[in-house]
Amino acid sequence: MQSSLSLSFSPTSSATTISRSHHSFPLSTGTKPLNLRFCGLRREALGLGFSTSLNRNLHQQQQLPRRQYSAVVSAARSDNGSSSGSSFDYDLLIIGAGVGGHGAALHAVEKGLKTAIVEGDVVGGTCVNRGCVPSKALLAVSGRMRELKSDHHLKSLGLHVSSAGYDRQGVADHANNLATKIRSNLTNSLKAIGVDILTGFGTVVGPQKVKIGSSDKIVTAKDIIIATGSVPFVPKGVEVDGKTVITSDHALKLESVPEWIAIVGSGYIGLEFSDVYTALGSEVTFVEALDQLMPGFDPEISKLAQRVLVNPRNIDYHTGVFASKITPARDGKPVLIELIDAKTKEPKDTLEVDAALIATGRAPFTEGLGLENVDVATQRGFIPVDERMRVIDANGKLVPHLYCIGDANGKMMLAHAASAQGISVVEQVTGRDHVLNHLSIPAACFTHPEISMVGLTEPQAREKGEKEGFEVSVAKTSFKANTKALAENEGEGLAKLIYRPDNGEILGVHIFGLHAADLIHEASNAIALGTRIQDIKLAVHAHPTLSEVLDELFKSAKVKEHASIPVSEPVAV
Amino acid sequence: MNANSLSSSSMISMASPSLSLSLRNSTTLILPRNSFSSSPRRKPFSFKIQAKIREIFMPALSSTMTEGKIVSWIKSEGDTLSKGDSVVVVESDKADMDVETFYDGILAAIVVDEGETAPVGAPIGLLAETAEDIAEAQAKAKSVKSASSSSSSPPPPVADSPPPVGSQSPPPPPPPVKTVSDGPKKITATPQAKKLAKQHKVDINSINGTGPFGRITPADVEAAAGITPKSNVAPVVATAAPAAPVSSKPAAGSSAPTIPGSSNVAFTTMQSAVAKNMMESLSVPTFRVGYPVVTDALDAFYEKVKPKGVTMTAILAKAVAMALVQHPVVNATCKDGKNFQYNSNINVAVAVAINGGLITPVLQDADKLDLYLLSQKWKELVGKARSKQLQPNEYNSGTFTLSNLGMFGVDRFDAILPPGQGAIMAVGASKPTVLADADGFFRVKSKMLGLLSLHKFIV
Repeated sequence: MQSSLSLSFSPTSSATTISRSHHSFPLSTGTKPLNLRFCGLRREALGLGFSTSLNRNLHQQQQLPRRQYSAVVSAARSDNGSSSGSSFDYDLLIIGAGVGGHGAALHAVEKGLKTAIVEGDVVGGTCVNRGCVPSKALLAVSGRMRELKSDHHLKSLGLHVSSAGYDRQGVADHANNLATKIRSNLTNSLKAIGVDILTGFGTVVGPQKVKIGSSDKIVTAKDIIIATGSVPFVPKGVEVDGKTVITSDHALKLESVPEWIAIVGSGYIGLEFSDVYTALGSEVTFVEALDQLMPGFDPEISKLAQRVLVNPRNIDYHTGVFASKITPARDGKPVLIELIDAKTKEPKDTLEVDAALIATGRAPFTEGLGLENVDVATQRGFIPVDERMRVIDANGKLVPHLYCIGDANGKMMLAHAASAQGISVVEQVTGRDHVLNHLSIPAACFTHPEISMVGLTEPQAREKGEKEGFEVSVAKTSFKANTKALAENEGEGLAKLIYRPDNGEILGVHIFGLHAADLIHEASNAIALGTRIQDIKLAVHAHPTLSEVLDELFKSAKVKEHASIPVSEPVAV
Repeated sequence: MNANSLSSSSMISMASPSLSLSLRNSTTLILPRNSFSSSPRRKPFSFKIQAKIREIFMPALSSTMTEGKIVSWIKSEGDTLSKGDSVVVVESDKADMDVETFYDGILAAIVVDEGETAPVGAPIGLLAETAEDIAEAQAKAKSVKSASSSSSSPPPPVADSPPPVGSQSPPPPPPPVKTVSDGPKKITATPQAKKLAKQHKVDINSINGTGPFGRITPADVEAAAGITPKSNVAPVVATAAPAAPVSSKPAAGSSAPTIPGSSNVAFTTMQSAVAKNMMESLSVPTFRVGYPVVTDALDAFYEKVKPKGVTMTAILAKAVAMALVQHPVVNATCKDGKNFQYNSNINVAVAVAINGGLITPVLQDADKLDLYLLSQKWKELVGKARSKQLQPNEYNSGTFTLSNLGMFGVDRFDAILPPGQGAIMAVGASKPTVLADADGFFRVKSKMLGLLSLHKFIV
């Protein structure tokens, strides 16, 4: 009876449910409503469709006939060649309950795999607890502070605000509360669909075997995904005390707002924090090893970003230098940062500041994973994988049934990339070959205004074009021409499209401007689906919206029909 | 600041493509100037030391660009530049562009500051070839800067031509207290302090830091520059009450006491140019004559042609032009105080108030065009003026200026002679007046007063 009830709900959850029910055995249909193809956070809302009693029933059902259930599942996947299903505790074991592990777990359950997730710390991992999520809370505050403090901007809108101030603890609490809320959402979403959360550090002790925590508890699983993520990278010579020399982990707690803070590294972490700190009244000094600030971005975008996000603010910078030694403030002395030339290694300067934030990137968190037990050697800590996230051992051979996703493999250190990789792995272990196109994964930096990008930068595209013999063109549109942006009085911004004029393929899109992070998805979806410019340019955008920036961008691209006009050399780079 | 990285062989003066910084030897410079400056008095800076100091010019980024705004200087004074480096960001009518240098050198002086505009071709910075040339370049920068009327924020009353008018405000405010004997001590200044120092042209080395660990804080710089700290910059800066004298450089160089509660608004580029031109008139001997004109016939004529699109301005310009044909001396120019220059063309400039400024679009060859053409031309010029698209020759080629305030009911006024021109006519309102005619009868006729300000040398 339960199962029939469930079935009546299943069509509403997703289309794939229906198609898959054709080759499922009756017993397994009880799990069908769990086929939530959405990320955990969205699931909560969808879950409202289920009655609580039904949920409980489902839960029970999954708890009780475990052995039987997993046998059924493996039988259902007999075309997969897997016959030994019953001999494993789980079909899929994920080490690490960050965003990557979470995404993989949800998808695995949807695919009917019996799934467990091992977490030695808190559910949610870096993103939720010490990364994207709390930083968005701080940036939400900084964005509003900026608006309220910008007399000029407000005046042009006809607004008067007396004086804006903030309460540091209140801001810090907002960030902390957000992380807590998202963490519990994530935990609940796992529990609700019956994923076992095993607490303790997971160690690989042999093929398909993982030890949980320090106990002798060994869990077996048909397939194992390592999703242990990363920790802030601290270069040698830097002494982190958590008070005056800090990493993003500490900074997100916002225990203090120093008057003057040096930020070592001007990637997106450093940039976002500079946005927060300057909005809260700090002065910032960037220390960047490369010759230019924001080296990871498209050069044109980083130039514009520097013009808007750095130059007018209380920020100065030293480029082409390493911070060779950083000493925390103590004995009545400020934080000391010794700078050496990045090339010659000669001492260049010493900075005396109130605090230093180390934002030099992130290092994989793979130590103590027991990788030596399966003969895997990490490279600078990263676990080597192929394009299907299959782990490669020291001899260059694939380790069967062992996968690694997310920051730990270093392919693309972004939360949503980890999740996408996890889903890709689940697709593979359930018999559908899948290779993730990393070039379709967007990235965003949530400064004010935001920066977002997908695909190649212009130099990368030109290099590729030269190598593979195709032409590369660039189109650009400005936010200055967008009605909505002007209505908001935020006309500063640029969208840039890098494409092949011969076939209309989108190679990369870079946006700097209001809500850029939300705007990029039209482009990333187009890349993921292989949509060409000549097709997407016919799509209609509501007026007046910021999305018209992209509309105009696609329309301004010149896909070849007539003779190709070689791109004039990029202006002003 | 590393002088030895400079190449000494960078004297090729090649034609630079439009997008790279046009750097030319200073001797070759003859520039279209900012809006109002009349062309001629620009000789003073033909410097003898060539090639060692190059001027960085405002490049033409598009065919329609007549002036550019400096968005930001990427390099600061004293920075070493190598060929291909981006030096400055210029905003044109279309976009912001980075401008690169074609030479190695040291950016010795910035002539046009961030946020200011300069006409295409005007020097915006000076590039010294070696460290030794910097001082010289900076001295030169001072003269260039004072010559260039485009410097906006409180524009120094300029005095580059022989009769110095308002020379009481030297461009660089002297550092307030020179704290000597700091020798090799490292100076620590916060990022904002450095920015402020640059902005207010305060030598950071001369400031005593009062912040933590003796660092120089923004407040220190502001104190040194004599500015009341702005409270909205950072919450950490307390809203300090001390009302320091508002500015070390009052707008017009006057030393009048500041009235409490007043606010300072910097001149716009146009306003400063107008001010400058007006100041120049003080060095020219002028005299004024007035003459009443009965305008009944004119009014009747105007009523007749008005439906055909003829404006009063065009009629007045035409009338003036026809009169000038008969009296070429009034149409002459005196540029150096020694020679008359008789102009073959009669170009009537007409003063127009626009956006809080003043501009004088020119009806060229007003004597040769008929009324309809003149009216048409005038309409076109006004449109261009409004959209700031007047080409230099459309506002600075006048030989005689007309200023009409009649429409505001002004019955007479005194017009200020524009530099380089022989005369300007101020036209008042025409209104009914009781007149006695030759027969001794009183009649009511419309009468208008024309007042001519004339250059004494010329007329």
